[in-house]
Amino acid sequence: MFRLEGRTSTPAWFNLALPLVAIAATLILCSGLIAIAGAGVVEAYGVMISASLGDSYAITETLVRAAPMIFTGLAVAIAFRAKFWNIGAEGQLLAGAVASCFVGAIPMPGYLAMLLMALVGAAAGALVALVPATLRVKFKVDDVVSSLLLNSVIYYALMALIEGPWKDTFSGYPISPPIEDSANFPVLIEGTRLHLGVVVALIAAPLCWFLIARTTLGFRIRVTGENPEAARYGGINVQRVLLSTALLSGALAGLAGVGEVGGVHFQVMSDISPGYGYSGIVVAMLARLNPLGVVPAAIFLAAVMTGAEAMSRATGVPAFLSDVIQGTALLAMLVALLFTAYRIRRVGAQT
Amino acid sequence: MSAVFEQIFQVGFLAAIIRIATPLAFATLGEMFSERAGVLNLGIEGIMLLSAMAGFTAASLSGSLWLGVLVAVLVGALMGALHALFTVALGLSQHVCGIGVTLFCSGLAYFLYRLIFGQQSVPPSIGGFKPVPIPLLSDVPILGPAVFNQFTLVYLAIIAIPLAAFVLYRTPWGLSVRMVGENPRAADSAGVSVIATRFQAVILGGALMGLAGAFLTMAQFNAFTFGVVSGRGWVAIALVVFGRWDPWRSAGAALLFAFVDALQLRMQASGLGHIPYEAFLMLPFIFTIVAMAFMSRNAVAPSALLKPFRREER
Repeated sequence: MFRLEGRTSTPAWFNLALPLVAIAATLILCSGLIAIAGAGVVEAYGVMISASLGDSYAITETLVRAAPMIFTGLAVAIAFRAKFWNIGAEGQLLAGAVASCFVGAIPMPGYLAMLLMALVGAAAGALVALVPATLRVKFKVDDVVSSLLLNSVIYYALMALIEGPWKDTFSGYPISPPIEDSANFPVLIEGTRLHLGVVVALIAAPLCWFLIARTTLGFRIRVTGENPEAARYGGINVQRVLLSTALLSGALAGLAGVGEVGGVHFQVMSDISPGYGYSGIVVAMLARLNPLGVVPAAIFLAAVMTGAEAMSRATGVPAFLSDVIQGTALLAMLVALLFTAYRIRRVGAQT
Repeated sequence: MSAVFEQIFQVGFLAAIIRIATPLAFATLGEMFSERAGVLNLGIEGIMLLSAMAGFTAASLSGSLWLGVLVAVLVGALMGALHALFTVALGLSQHVCGIGVTLFCSGLAYFLYRLIFGQQSVPPSIGGFKPVPIPLLSDVPILGPAVFNQFTLVYLAIIAIPLAAFVLYRTPWGLSVRMVGENPRAADSAGVSVIATRFQAVILGGALMGLAGAFLTMAQFNAFTFGVVSGRGWVAIALVVFGRWDPWRSAGAALLFAFVDALQLRMQASGLGHIPYEAFLMLPFIFTIVAMAFMSRNAVAPSALLKPFRREER
């Protein structure tokens, strides 16, 4: 007989082992779909890896795609640390994109435009995240549902803008007018799309780690999440911590939108985010809510996305495999996390 | 102005409301059963999409629409079971699992659809369900052609609402569902299996979400597109809250939403473009968020919602 037993602490190597186990399980499960599609599993995964990480150009493309997921991953990780259940990173991203696009379209010196885009985009995301947090703090409204529903509100607001007053008169398509050329984020390596925003994302991760692990606010966030009663007893204003967390989380998700506008699309369209906000949840869970882990987790998902397109061209397996991998990885990680709370112990047959 | 009103409120308008409300009613009842048992199912958006796709594929390959409906319901129930496995049996966090189920199901739906039908410029369609007039009743002026000349699935939805209320409030199983959603500890002491009851409720909920998906691809659009669900699952989440976890109120909320949606479509068609249609589509979400703020004072949500049950932990 085996029995599940509670566990109070986990060895440090779990942090690395669990996501790897989850990813391995995901790739094994999804290889069934590759086989159903009539392609060689080894070949398909091989193409995926070489097309996403095989040469320097592929790596830059993967990093460009990872950048928004690093931001949304950080947004979710920090929010979940405080047990502020922010499912709204998608809407916060869109708000950041819209706000920064407005600013970027105003003629002004490039560096100033970029700075303002980041500030305004982050502020817009923070403002959106403040809604579910305020509702929870003031009215005890469940933040899961309110933050989720807000995604649809923001999405329709964006659609109303780009199909209405903000429609690009030049192209006539439901897209916003482009931002000023001078506001386009500088490309760091000639001939690639690697833009300044990617570097900002890579720097943001250690900064967030420092904030969570080494600052007073970070300590308050962790205590609030782990034991709100103890936090209150220790004189922490839990409500204020939740609001601060929401602002921080929303700002990070907003920056994901800023990067997509300033560095990739240079305008806003309805599909500016292929669900990066939801991917942020996958990233944060794979990272075990550790900001440093967010970077490799986001790069993994980005590699799967870029790789899947090349795999589709080479083998005919639909590129949507990457969406299945994303969902499976999240579920596999959740199951793997059970091992942090429980251990399987062999017990005598007589029990 | 009266000409505008006439244009909007034709007989077809009432029929359109009923048709828009039907998938929402199924989905909302499905989510309601799940939540009444204490399990939030954010997988609804993906479950509806995968069922819509599976039902369409089965109907298109076999030529039998009812087989398609059956497949959609079974797929919905299966995915409900998957969500229950994670959240009820393993006690994992419901919202994160729900997002996982939605991502997984949507990905699988896209993947399999592309695999089976390939990339086509015009999505393949099927001859969907035809309206079945009910003798005598369909001759009643105004109401007759709108309500009693509809698809069989619409009649099923109309029956499903009182049936759901009866099951939830008047049967022993419904009592168990409400008990495990309100106070699982007490239910357990009373000899109700919390795990089994929650499993059953989430699976039933998934089956209803499957019916919603089936209606979309086999009666409403007669084709599968990647945007066929386009947030209807999230709408259902909102409607359950707005309908205060009650079958009648939830169905009423679905009808209200359908009215607004149908009005919006009519206004778009009649060129009354002063108000962007997105403003209407936003309404149910904004209403629900505001309603949640007011309702939270008298705590109408199932008390054990989002809380996993582990017998050995006290």
